[in-house]
Amino acid sequence: MREVYVIGSGLTKIGNLWDKGLRDLAVEAGLAAMEEAGVDSVDAVFVGNMMSGILNAQENLGAYVADYLGLPGIPAFKVEAACASGGAAVVSAAMAIKSGLFDRVLVVGVEKMSDMTATEDVTSALATASEADYEMFWGASFVSLNALIMRAYAQRYGLREEDFGWMPILMHKNASDVPYAQLRFPITMEAYLSSPKIADPIKLLDSAPMGDGSAAAVLSASERRDGEGISVALVGFGSATDTMALYTREDLVELKGAKLAAKRAMEMAGVTPRDLQVLEVHDAFSVMGYLNLEALGVVEPGKASRLIESGDADRSGSLPVNPEGGLKARGHPVGATGVYQFVELYRQLSGRAGPAQAGSPELGAAMNVGGTGSNVVVTILRRVS
Amino acid sequence: MWAFNPSIPPIKREMPSRYRLEGFECHDCGFRSLPPRQVCPRCGSRNVSRVRLPRRGRVLQHTVVHSAPRGYEFYTPYVLALIELEDGTRIFSQLTDVDPEEVTQGMEVEAVLRKVRVGGHGGPVAYGLKFRPVLER
Ligand SMILES: [Zn+2]
Repeated sequence: MREVYVIGSGLTKIGNLWDKGLRDLAVEAGLAAMEEAGVDSVDAVFVGNMMSGILNAQENLGAYVADYLGLPGIPAFKVEAACASGGAAVVSAAMAIKSGLFDRVLVVGVEKMSDMTATEDVTSALATASEADYEMFWGASFVSLNALIMRAYAQRYGLREEDFGWMPILMHKNASDVPYAQLRFPITMEAYLSSPKIADPIKLLDSAPMGDGSAAAVLSASERRDGEGISVALVGFGSATDTMALYTREDLVELKGAKLAAKRAMEMAGVTPRDLQVLEVHDAFSVMGYLNLEALGVVEPGKASRLIESGDADRSGSLPVNPEGGLKARGHPVGATGVYQFVELYRQLSGRAGPAQAGSPELGAAMNVGGTGSNVVVTILRRVS
Repeated sequence: MWAFNPSIPPIKREMPSRYRLEGFECHDCGFRSLPPRQVCPRCGSRNVSRVRLPRRGRVLQHTVVHSAPRGYEFYTPYVLALIELEDGTRIFSQLTDVDPEEVTQGMEVEAVLRKVRVGGHGGPVAYGLKFRPVLER
């Protein structure tokens, strides 16, 4: 089967970007990716987005983004998988290249959240990724569903409050020198412990912020080596689902979909968890970051907080995790997040992560989670030199 | 949009589950859940039927919501819970008639019909079975 290479990337700053609309963000990231790839045309566009219909009254996003990118006539698709929309768009693009139908494809992840100014409305929009009639109906939000998971996880493994603080503390530390990150300041354990609870036991500082942003990548069937003879290949990807609703799962703290997606991606790449040298995980909440690490198989169940606390997950550690600050501090523009992770992984492997560069990894994985783990995408990139 | 304003058709459609706890039972693996389904999500069997689930159970996990989605601000702080019914079926609902501070893991609860959502100004009202601490046994 054909190989898939990443040949260009682009991203916007994340935050409440009042002066930039949905199309401005998508175009900024899309054009940057094409410029970095050195191409002015692609065969198709895949747009990862979750909520443009609700937040921006704009569906038909494939045509919309293609139009503003000045790519008339090309095939364009919106891919939706809740918070995993970005990862799902990457996988869709990769499948299109592997099929032989397209040679070069642009993936754009975008979410414009701040146009909806009332928090209750954004909370509702996000909650549409849960089961509408039997979770959301009762007033569930993503925070409250993750709160149930966090409490069950803490009880299962006897974890204390501070054990969950290590994740956001590392994320804030990492994001502090990343130019495009949303929350560029460090936090202390004291600040974490005194942070208000938004849905007990989840604290404000366990949660990723709301923000606007767009990230893009160009995937190609042809290799493109940089000046140092390095290229990056998408060697494995896997998607998997789990039950829509949390209450129908056998175990609240086992992300079966995440495990399956990781297994599929690693089988395709022919690698094991021990081979991974850098990770991008979906820390929308601290507990979700921990469950991602466990689903990837890089730590034993219940031991993820120790991996972070030990310093092994620092940029200079043996297994850097989210060197750019993850969802918690780099930011979480929902449908764009999976593409941010993918772009960051690509930049780590090609040695172009700037201040966030974590050594010189040759193999890394990104895990992008939709819903409470109901739709998960894992991608694995390898440096070729 | 349902996320912001419930309309009458979905309210009517979901009444059996929300008013009477009508769920489904798989005759091959025994799995029970809400709402009724045509295919068992655990084993894939289509050998399933509708079943009335018991109205009592206990709290397995719960959380207190302080920041609510649109339409639920009135109830804050409110308790959402994963509940195990007397037959072992797990469902998700809101607790009512209880101080959030007094909810404990394992607390026995029973279903009681309550208002859940009002669709905008003067819109339709959606009711459902919330759960309250068991008053008597
Ligand atoms: Zn079954």
